Amino acid sequence: MAEKKFYKRLLEKTIEQLLRISGTVTSITILFITLFLFKEGINLFNTPDIEDGYGLYVHVANQKEQLSPEEIKEIFDSEITNWNQLGWKDAEIKIFRIDDVFEIYPESEMGENYALLPGKLAEIISKEENIIAFLPKQFAPNAPEVKELKTGNIRWQDYFLGKEWLPTASPSPLFGALPLIAGTLFVSIIALLIALPLGLGVAIYLSELAGEGQRRILKPVIELLSGIPSVVYGFFGLVVLAPLVQKIFNLPVGETALTGSLILAIMALPTIISVSEDALRNTPREMREASLALGASRWQTIYKVVIPYAKSGISAAVVLGIGRAIGETMAVLMVTGNAAIIPQSLFDPVRTIPATIAAELGEAPTGSAHYQALFLLGCILFILTMAISVIAELISKKKSYKVH
Amino acid sequence: MKRIITILLAILGVTFAADAQKIKGSETVLPISEKAAQVFMKSNNSGNVTVTGGGSGVGISSLIGRSADIAQTSRKMKFSEKQKFQRSGKAVKEVIIAYDGLAVIINPANKIKKLTREQLEDIFTGKIKNWKDVGGADMKVIPYARETSSGTYEFFKEVVLKNKNYLSGIMSMPANGSLIQSVSQTKGAIAYVGLAYVSASVKTISVSFDKGKSYVFPSETSVKNKTYPVVRPLYYYYLTKSEFLVKKFIDFILSPAGQKIVREVGYISVN
Repeated sequence: MAEKKFYKRLLEKTIEQLLRISGTVTSITILFITLFLFKEGINLFNTPDIEDGYGLYVHVANQKEQLSPEEIKEIFDSEITNWNQLGWKDAEIKIFRIDDVFEIYPESEMGENYALLPGKLAEIISKEENIIAFLPKQFAPNAPEVKELKTGNIRWQDYFLGKEWLPTASPSPLFGALPLIAGTLFVSIIALLIALPLGLGVAIYLSELAGEGQRRILKPVIELLSGIPSVVYGFFGLVVLAPLVQKIFNLPVGETALTGSLILAIMALPTIISVSEDALRNTPREMREASLALGASRWQTIYKVVIPYAKSGISAAVVLGIGRAIGETMAVLMVTGNAAIIPQSLFDPVRTIPATIAAELGEAPTGSAHYQALFLLGCILFILTMAISVIAELISKKKSYKVH
Repeated sequence: MKRIITILLAILGVTFAADAQKIKGSETVLPISEKAAQVFMKSNNSGNVTVTGGGSGVGISSLIGRSADIAQTSRKMKFSEKQKFQRSGKAVKEVIIAYDGLAVIINPANKIKKLTREQLEDIFTGKIKNWKDVGGADMKVIPYARETSSGTYEFFKEVVLKNKNYLSGIMSMPANGSLIQSVSQTKGAIAYVGLAYVSASVKTISVSFDKGKSYVFPSETSVKNKTYPVVRPLYYYYLTKSEFLVKKFIDFILSPAGQKIVREVGYISVN
C-alpha cells in the first residue's frame, strides 16, 4: 500500500519536473531566438557599404576621395555619366568591372592563379584618367597611378530612412527599409480596418442574435476558414481577387495594397470572430438580465453592457488578428505585387517585410550584408508586433466605466 | 505498413549505396535533373541520385562545402565563386547540359510585336513608362521581374539591362507561374520567363539586339542556332576529384536519352 503511494508521488513529482523543464526550455528558446535575431541584424552597421571583398579604384588624377552609395549606384546605372556631376572636371565616366578585363586580355595571359591580373588592371587604369573600376581587393592593382576610393560602413539612417531597396545591386547595394516598413503597416492597418467591424459584427450576431441552430453551423464553418493554408488564400487572391479589384476600380494592375489587405482581412476574420465571440458569450447572464430588467432594449444591452464587459477579449482578438496580418507571408507575397515603393494610395503595389524575408533569404549568402539586412527586418517586425500587443494590453486594462 | 517499409528501405539505400550522389542548385534546372534522376535510377539500380533546389548560389556553396556532389546552375560561375574554389585548392569542372531561352512576354491584348534591347532596358529601368513611346497604345507600362534570389533575375539584368539596376520598386513575383498569371490579367504588363514556361495565356514578342536591324522570335530553332540573343546555358559543376562518382550520371544526361528528357521538360538540347 505504502509502495503504491510512493510510486504515485514519484510519478507526480516527475510530471511536475517535466512541466517545469519544458517551461524553462521554451522560455530559453524564445529568448535565444530573439538574441540571435538581434545579434545578426545589428552587425549590418559594421559592414562596408560596397560589396564585401571588393574595392572601387580610380586614376590618381581623380579628385574624388569618396562616393556615397547612391552616387555609386547612379554611376553604375549610367544615370550619372559625367565626372562634373560629382564636382570634378568635365569628362565622361568610364565604368570598368572585373569581367571586362577578359574582353581585353584572354584568360591565358593571366598566369598561374591570376598572378598577372593586378598588373593588367593597373595598366588599364593608368591609361584611362576617367575610369572607375570595381575590382576584387585580392587583385587590387598596385601602381602609383591608381587610387582606391574610401568606403564607409552602412549607416543606420540609410537603412531606416532609405527609400530604395535594391539588395543585390552591385557594387553598392541599397538597403532602404522605409518602403517595406510603410508597406507592412499600411497593408495590415487597412486589413484590420476592414476585418474589425466585419468580424465584430459577425461575433455580435453569433453570440447575441443568432439562434442556437444557426450558431452551431456557422461557428465551425468560420473556424474552418482558419485551417485553409495561406498559400491557398494567396492563390485565390491572385487568380480571383486581383482581377476583380482591377476591374471594379478600373486599374492598370490588380496586385495592389488593397488586394493584399482584402486577403489579409479574410484571413484574420476567423480569429477575430471566434475570439471575440467567446468573449461576448462569457458575459454573465445576470448582467444581461439586470440590464434588460432595467428597461434597456436588446441593442442597448449589447452596446452598453456586453461589449464593455468583453472589451479585453475583443482587444485580444484584435491583437491576434493584426498579428496574423503583419506576419503573413505567402498570401501577401502573391497578391501585393512586391514593389518596394512607399504606398501613396490603396491602389499602389506594396512590398511587406515578411514577403521580403521569405523571397530573399534563400539566396542571400550567410553573413553577407544582405543577410544581415534581412535579419534586421526581422527585428523590426518583432518590435512592431510587440508594440501592438503592448498597446492592446494597455487598452484592455483601462477601465471604460467608472466604479461608483 | 508497406509504405513505412518502403521509406525505411529508401533511407537505407541512400545511406549505403556506394555511388549515391546529391545534386543541388537552380530551380530552373531542377525539372531536368529530377526527371533525369528518375529515369537514371530506374535504368541503373545501383545508382542513387537526390535532387534539391534552393537557387544557383546555394548549389555552388554546397559544392564548396561538400554537401552536394553536383551543383546545377542557371548561370556561369561568378568570378568570386571561382576564387573560393581556388582558395580551398579544389579544381572544378563545368558541363553545359542544356540551353534555355528567355522569352519576353506581354499581355495578349497588347498590339506590340517586337522590341529592341535598348527599349527593353528603358522599360525595365523605368525610363519608358507608356506603351505609346514604343509604338503601342496609350497605356501604362507595367514591368514585372522575378525576385532577386532567382538566377533568371540576374541573367536578364546582365544581358538585357547591361548590368544596370531594375527600376526601384519594380513589381516582382516569387515564381514563374504567378508571373504568367499576372501578365495574363494585366493589360500593360511585360515580363520575362524561361521558354519552358511560356503558355497560351501570354504573348511572346520578338527582340532585336542589333538596334532594330533584325528581330528574332524565340523558338527551338532560333535558340539552337544562336540567332536568338537571350539564351543561357544551364550548367552542372562538379569537383574534378569526385569525377568517378558523378561521371555515370553526367554521361547519361548528355546521352541521346538524357537530351530527350531535356527536350521533354521544355528546354533545348545541347546538340
